Amino acid sequence: MYRSAKFEEPLLIELSEKINIKPPELLPRSIQRKNSLNLPNLDETQIIRHFLRLSQMNYGIDTGIYPLGSCTMKYNPKICEEIAKWDDFSLIHPCQDEINIQGNLQIMYELEKILSEITGMDHFTLQPAAGAHGEFTGLLITKAYHEFNKDFDRNEVILPDTSHGTNPASASLAGYKVIEIPSNEEGTVNLDILKKTVSSKTACFMLTNPNTLGIFESEILEISKIVHKAGATLYYDGANINAILGKARPGDMGFDIVHLNLHKTFSTPHGGGGPGSGPIGVKNKFEKFLPIPRILKKDDKFHFSYDFKDSIGKVKEFYGNFSVLLKAYVYIQLMGKNGLKETSEIAVLNSNYMKQKIIESKKYLMPYKNLRKHEFVISCENLLKNKDIKALDIAKRLLDYGLHPPTVYFPLIVKEALMIEPTESESKISLDKYIETLIKIADEDPKLLKNSPYNTPIKRVDEAGAIKNPILTWKSL
Amino acid sequence: MEFIPNSKIKNEMINEINLKKIDELFIDVPQDIRINNLSLVDGLSQQETEEKLRKIGKKNKHLKKITSFLGGGIKPHYIPAVVRSILSRSEFYTSYTPYQPEASQGFLHAMFEYQSMIAEITGMDISNASLYDGATALGEAALMCSRINKRKYIVIPANVSWDKRCILQNYIKGSGLKIKEFSYDGETGEIDINDLKKNLDNDTSCVYIENPNFFGIFEQKVDEIKDIISKNQSLFVVGIDPLSLGIAKSPGEYGADIVVGEGRCLGNSIDFGGSSLGIFACKEKFLRQTPGRIIGITKDSEGKRAFCMTLQTREQHIRRGRATSNICTNEGVCALAATVYLSWLGTEGLEELSKINFLKGKKLAEKISGISGFNKRFNGIHFNEFVIKCKDANEVNKKLLNNNIQAGLILDRTYPELKNCMLFGVTELHSDEEINNLIEMLEVV
Repeated sequence: MYRSAKFEEPLLIELSEKINIKPPELLPRSIQRKNSLNLPNLDETQIIRHFLRLSQMNYGIDTGIYPLGSCTMKYNPKICEEIAKWDDFSLIHPCQDEINIQGNLQIMYELEKILSEITGMDHFTLQPAAGAHGEFTGLLITKAYHEFNKDFDRNEVILPDTSHGTNPASASLAGYKVIEIPSNEEGTVNLDILKKTVSSKTACFMLTNPNTLGIFESEILEISKIVHKAGATLYYDGANINAILGKARPGDMGFDIVHLNLHKTFSTPHGGGGPGSGPIGVKNKFEKFLPIPRILKKDDKFHFSYDFKDSIGKVKEFYGNFSVLLKAYVYIQLMGKNGLKETSEIAVLNSNYMKQKIIESKKYLMPYKNLRKHEFVISCENLLKNKDIKALDIAKRLLDYGLHPPTVYFPLIVKEALMIEPTESESKISLDKYIETLIKIADEDPKLLKNSPYNTPIKRVDEAGAIKNPILTWKSL
Repeated sequence: MEFIPNSKIKNEMINEINLKKIDELFIDVPQDIRINNLSLVDGLSQQETEEKLRKIGKKNKHLKKITSFLGGGIKPHYIPAVVRSILSRSEFYTSYTPYQPEASQGFLHAMFEYQSMIAEITGMDISNASLYDGATALGEAALMCSRINKRKYIVIPANVSWDKRCILQNYIKGSGLKIKEFSYDGETGEIDINDLKKNLDNDTSCVYIENPNFFGIFEQKVDEIKDIISKNQSLFVVGIDPLSLGIAKSPGEYGADIVVGEGRCLGNSIDFGGSSLGIFACKEKFLRQTPGRIIGITKDSEGKRAFCMTLQTREQHIRRGRATSNICTNEGVCALAATVYLSWLGTEGLEELSKINFLKGKKLAEKISGISGFNKRFNGIHFNEFVIKCKDANEVNKKLLNNNIQAGLILDRTYPELKNCMLFGVTELHSDEEINNLIEMLEVV
């Protein structure tokens, strides 16, 4: 049985004595700090032990399988991490003279070209810091495009009910009214409803393909026709593109604007929540709206250009999360075209292998059609009905076996959903263990499950308690 | 492939699920859009990849090969080895957003400490667990203010960088909010208080100022500014440089409602402008309107202290189109670096570091402005950045570059009125020798 490290680790401030050192008096009274800051005052040994112990109470992809659906938690090659730390790349000021930053500009310029080829788009910007930031940028470009065409009434964004939460949130942020349309009985876009919903008010239709059920939207060319006929743009949420590298490209499917999550598909680590990178690609007619500065190449030299009068301007300071861009660039060098293609083939194979074995066990249900891409969604509705076991209980119990749970309760159209994305990084042994464990858990005593996990540093967390009485800093303890 | 374990046994697995070839898994992709492969090069070995990247890297001149005096709100700082050591723990950096608290106590615990220390240095009640960068944090703050008071105008001075104003403009584009820009005082470099007053009315949602501002100058009249904003019942948003807060009063002490800032300088690599860290802190009464992830303390089923993400109903994965922000991925590892860095500095360290940066800035500004033809453009009190006016900034830049020195940031692309002005920056990393070298070069330009 798995055992995680358990430390009753205090807060840094509880380890430390409060000291009173009057801040140096250097500024005029109105802005001079008077009171000593209450920060921890500890030796380096104490600090290292504190954070090292914390790290041992944290599960990463280097610890084990991490099959969160739509999150593409794949192994991050160590060489990418190492190269990104080289002084040659990381110790560069963003405003240095262009003659001294040609290497970084080359990486960015080439990465834009590579991502264009992978997605079938014409141009890229690397500025957005995350997928949601890319979505927002893509919607600003949509807005600029419609405004450029004096098409001012387009104030609606349509998306399917299987979409990621960031899609409607980004659309709202960009000032659009969000219209969510129900999926058909196959779990894909309902073309009749889409046709009825698009109008001269539609700015954009946002779609993930394969969608969050892991199902490829086979009617994508028809969808593209409907959306474009209505004068709207077609937006590709690239969170799930790990399923189709070298097999199909959003650009060929008719998408106008695409974002990628480099911290998913291109193997840069997720860092407990970031930094990420959400570059967006566009077709030619949207190029002039891309954020500035753009990187241009002239006589074998790279340079920044701000000379794009229709650009939406900037969405982030400087040029994006450069180390993430560099890691993705290195990853693509390692994989090459065959490696990328095999990535998707095996990611899809692993997913279908798991799905089939789980379904054969008859312990879980699988709504919607059979063939899935890189991820699949099963339901614990039968377990809830027969044994009062919730998806959450299954998730927590998996932790006892040293396995990270899948995404739970998403997409919303599947009841008691477990959304599983094994990625290409897992071996058959690892997949088999996960399958066996899921099957075994379904037969375990429901009481045992209700109180799980047991082997983690703490027992099941009372998340509701944290909302009732918010303690958000050590001052409020 | 070395990163795809099942590559070798794929045929066996395909057979096991009753298929004949891998392409059968892709039959749902219409033939019209299927491709055979991408037009990219073949993969390289790890050794070849390193060699290729070495060559590209050599085309850069990094900041140990050239001395940089660039300001602009970003400068390299000393990063203690302890930060790198902790950040190299892959339990941390290969984890996802901590949706499963029982398996993520380490990161959650560290983020709680991050929030605590950010709240402490800014003088605010609460902090979130990071946004993308200082500029997007300002965008989120503006949106939050209008959610709170339903007013329409964001009032912002011209001594905030063009980049930030541009990003703010994009963040509010969909909201119906408008920006009113007011001027800075041409003598001091501080905001023009009279012009601020002229731009306020009962539709002013918030006023933003920076301390120190883009020109490196401290806004001294904070009490008067707070007074004006309060009388107008608008909200007060302040941008900070966290490294100044060892000597400078925290915005909380002069009545800020929201504090934002760029936290890269707290233990993160300069990274060509990446590895950014958006600081966002505010008063507790605005908690339910805050954007981004927040970590709280609760108990586990046995009553033990536990950490978890909290108030998630504000966030996009629950609230979707009605979330307080669209942010999901944030800057987790950069916030972790800041946590370790601030712990390592402690009270005394941060106060001392603030002092060194202030004094280095003062000394360098005095030295440069002592040279004939070089003058401080503003006479306000500054931190570790300041604006110098000279006869020909491009010429100075060129000559220094020939001598392996990167001069201050030339400002006229975004401030046409500041022709031949350069924004210099200096930190604890600059040695006396480097400073003297710069002065010698400027003397002969």
